[in-house]
Amino acid sequence: MNLPFYLSQSFAQHALLAAVIVALICGIIGPFVIMRGMAFAVHGTSELAFTGAAAGLLLDNNPLAGALFGTLLFASIIGLLGVRDRERDSVIGVILAFGLGVGVLLLSYYHGFAVEATNILFGNIFGVSNGQLWALVLIGIVATIAMLVMYRPLLFASVDPDVAEARGVPLRFIGLLFLLVLAFAVTEAAQIVGTLLVLSLAITPAAAAQKLSARPLMITIISILFALIASVGGLLVSLASGTIKTSVSITTISFTIYIIARLFSHQRGRAKQTSLLTS
Amino acid sequence: MAQTGLKVVLEPIVSLKKATLRFGERTLWEGLNLSIKPGEFVAVLGPNGTGKTSLLKVLLGLNELVEGEVRINAELPHRGNSQVGYVPQQKAFDRDLPIRGRDLVHFGFDGHRFGFVRHDKRAWQRVDEVIKEVGAASYADKPIGLLSGGEQQRLRIAQALLSKPGLLLCDEPLLSLDLKSQFAVSELIDSYRRRFNTAIMFVTHDINPILGMVDRVLYLVGGKWAIGTPHEVLTTESLSRLYGTPIDVLHVHDRVIIVNANDNGHHHIDKQPLETQT
Repeated sequence: MNLPFYLSQSFAQHALLAAVIVALICGIIGPFVIMRGMAFAVHGTSELAFTGAAAGLLLDNNPLAGALFGTLLFASIIGLLGVRDRERDSVIGVILAFGLGVGVLLLSYYHGFAVEATNILFGNIFGVSNGQLWALVLIGIVATIAMLVMYRPLLFASVDPDVAEARGVPLRFIGLLFLLVLAFAVTEAAQIVGTLLVLSLAITPAAAAQKLSARPLMITIISILFALIASVGGLLVSLASGTIKTSVSITTISFTIYIIARLFSHQRGRAKQTSLLTS
Repeated sequence: MAQTGLKVVLEPIVSLKKATLRFGERTLWEGLNLSIKPGEFVAVLGPNGTGKTSLLKVLLGLNELVEGEVRINAELPHRGNSQVGYVPQQKAFDRDLPIRGRDLVHFGFDGHRFGFVRHDKRAWQRVDEVIKEVGAASYADKPIGLLSGGEQQRLRIAQALLSKPGLLLCDEPLLSLDLKSQFAVSELIDSYRRRFNTAIMFVTHDINPILGMVDRVLYLVGGKWAIGTPHEVLTTESLSRLYGTPIDVLHVHDRVIIVNANDNGHHHIDKQPLETQT
């Protein structure tokens, strides 16, 4: 096994750092994505990351900047329209379908390396340059601080919007703010697992965490932990194997954790039921 | 009566003077004068769309008057006022919403405030205290989505009372509760206001569950309003004048039933009947 050798190389260290940052921010936003029923918004945002990345690649050979622009633009449109839940999904569907079409068009004009195009879709953590790494760190820090600052009102607004508004939470503002953080997080995750597989870091760890606890803070902590295990673990597995793509190992670990969490909560639920029956 | 000593005690917690609320062309109510003393229980009645909820929103600082003035404790209403508690109608939470009853109550402390989360021991002590006060201790640690409607309402009341407000605004808090829970929840609100001298404004379409508790009734109909004790307002004369059409107010046992006299007594005045029990 040549894992220790790889880990002494700067490309692997960069990748590891990026994986940690991405897991942190995805772990934090995940529970809110689920509570607010925004899985589709995450998917839509990541498709627009694809369009943006394709544009970035074509114009300036900079898919990261393009992806960030694409996701922020998308998030702003959804947020400023201020649409209600049900309408939101159809608006996302409309924009996402068109955005994908534009992305395909842009790629057809791109005559560089074909691998760059597949990297947008399936991610390539080992291709992260020095400059991109610092961009990822910066985006991650901004997003994390934003989440910490709005944690309380966002939780309140997600659980009980009417009362939160009555108590003075600015619902539209906080909804928009969360969408922008989501755009940051999706852009980050897309660098690692690719735009197609963002949900494996932005949803799956939080969904697994929810099976294990009913305490908001505890769920956030478990969700970060699961995201870390998936992203760092996936990275190490693919380094060690040499052939498995990182996004494949990350999504597999993430999925496995979810299955285990589900089985565990199912078992626990049954244990509770039987203890009630026997007592 | 004009003794200065008494004046402080009688200072109203809510004061509306010549207040008018209008959305575009539609006037909800105008020239409304209302003064509520600490510890007073006021029911707000009227057909749908007459601005009952909008009145509460004015007091929460979410709607602004077009004319007139409003004060809460001699201050302008503003968002996140700890002097004002708010209890909405019961609306079922998602079954797997990852939050416990006591977390919901804790929102009443600083849930609306931006900033880093800090563990405040005193806040959680107060959460425990108010949960005991509303009698929710046995289920406060369960996920909120697994609780019954009545249990959820108790926790929402606990949340509203956490900051020890002088004014509690209730917007149809009994809606979609069964009769037993309706009684328990209104009893809880009433006993709390007696103990802590909290003023209550209670929007409802059915006065009967709280008829024995209310001091005064504010009745809103199509821009007009009437205020007084239930005996003054809930009469055939007063309501006929307010609606501008003959109204019969019937007293059956301890209950009040309001019907449109022109309608052969078969139909109720508004789409949402004032008396829901059949």
